[in-house]
Amino acid sequence: MHLPANETFILILAVALGTIITRFTPFILFPEHKKHPAVIAYLSKVLPPAMMGLLVVYCLKSVSLFTYPYGIPEGIAVTAVAALHIWRRNVFLSIAGGTALYMFLVQKVFM
Amino acid sequence: MEQEKKDSPVWQKALAAAFPYTLPVLTGFLALGTAYGVLMQTKGYGVIWSVLMSAIAFCGSMQFVAITLLTTVFNPIQAFLLSIMVNARHLFYGISMLDKYKGTGKIRPFLIYWLCDETFSITSSVDPPSGIPKSYFYGFISFLDYSYWVLGSFLGGVLGNLITFNTQGLDFVLTALFIVLFIEQVTARENRRPGIIGLTCTTVGLAVFGSERFVIPSMVLILVILLIGRKKKCIFPQTKRSS
Repeated sequence: MHLPANETFILILAVALGTIITRFTPFILFPEHKKHPAVIAYLSKVLPPAMMGLLVVYCLKSVSLFTYPYGIPEGIAVTAVAALHIWRRNVFLSIAGGTALYMFLVQKVFM
Repeated sequence: MEQEKKDSPVWQKALAAAFPYTLPVLTGFLALGTAYGVLMQTKGYGVIWSVLMSAIAFCGSMQFVAITLLTTVFNPIQAFLLSIMVNARHLFYGISMLDKYKGTGKIRPFLIYWLCDETFSITSSVDPPSGIPKSYFYGFISFLDYSYWVLGSFLGGVLGNLITFNTQGLDFVLTALFIVLFIEQVTARENRRPGIIGLTCTTVGLAVFGSERFVIPSMVLILVILLIGRKKKCIFPQTKRSS
């Protein structure tokens, strides 16, 4: 433990406060009993798919394409999840199958 | 049997409906939360600290960033500002959930407090089954995800290096969850363009700004393009011009 207990606790509160601000701000700016501007109504419809796209890339941000294994396991597993899901539309199968394949690839093939 | 179904309290039905959606998060959070607890342990921060951080701050990736802050000179202001930057994506989640979380009463502050990436990905994609109030349904999804994360951190802090099962790659379960929910979202025609915009802008952002600081530029890029698209009426078919 690097910091004393009181400083560690303050640091936790500082991180928490930052997070809480980012989570509550939209709900405070646009309270539920008021009518929202049209642009907010528009954004609330288009942001979920856009942010889901962001999250997919966000998860893969640490993959290096220029050092071994060149993102190959990720590429294969991502393709497998997408193909499996488009084919069978079974959420559990796509997630479990893709994850099992990825674990196999990083543990046994691309070591 | 009909009778029995009617008698079970609404919260039980809501829990039963919510739980299956959280299964991938259960797997991912136990794996990642455990990894977090173990990592904290190796830096000299015992189980109490990892659980406190997870339970109070509850911010996945920022908690990993915070480990570096815990092992250097004490600077809470820097921690606070970094936390706002790393978590800026929550601003867009909030805007997305304004309507869905409307009228959820006493649970609403908790829905907002628990609104992490994974919970957002589920609650923005699914609607409560008929007969189940959304406050209960979204409440359970949010609470379950939250408790998995705290539980994972606890297990990591306690078990630490006792885990012999090779979990390398298990955290891909969350990537898979996002891919599946992305596909589910863009299946609806009107979501296709915003989905592609999100994917493309973030990829461009990552290529230009690198993995440490691409999230906020990507969000700005997404916002700008979505707003241009609104002006030109070519993203969301408000004009009924969709092909």
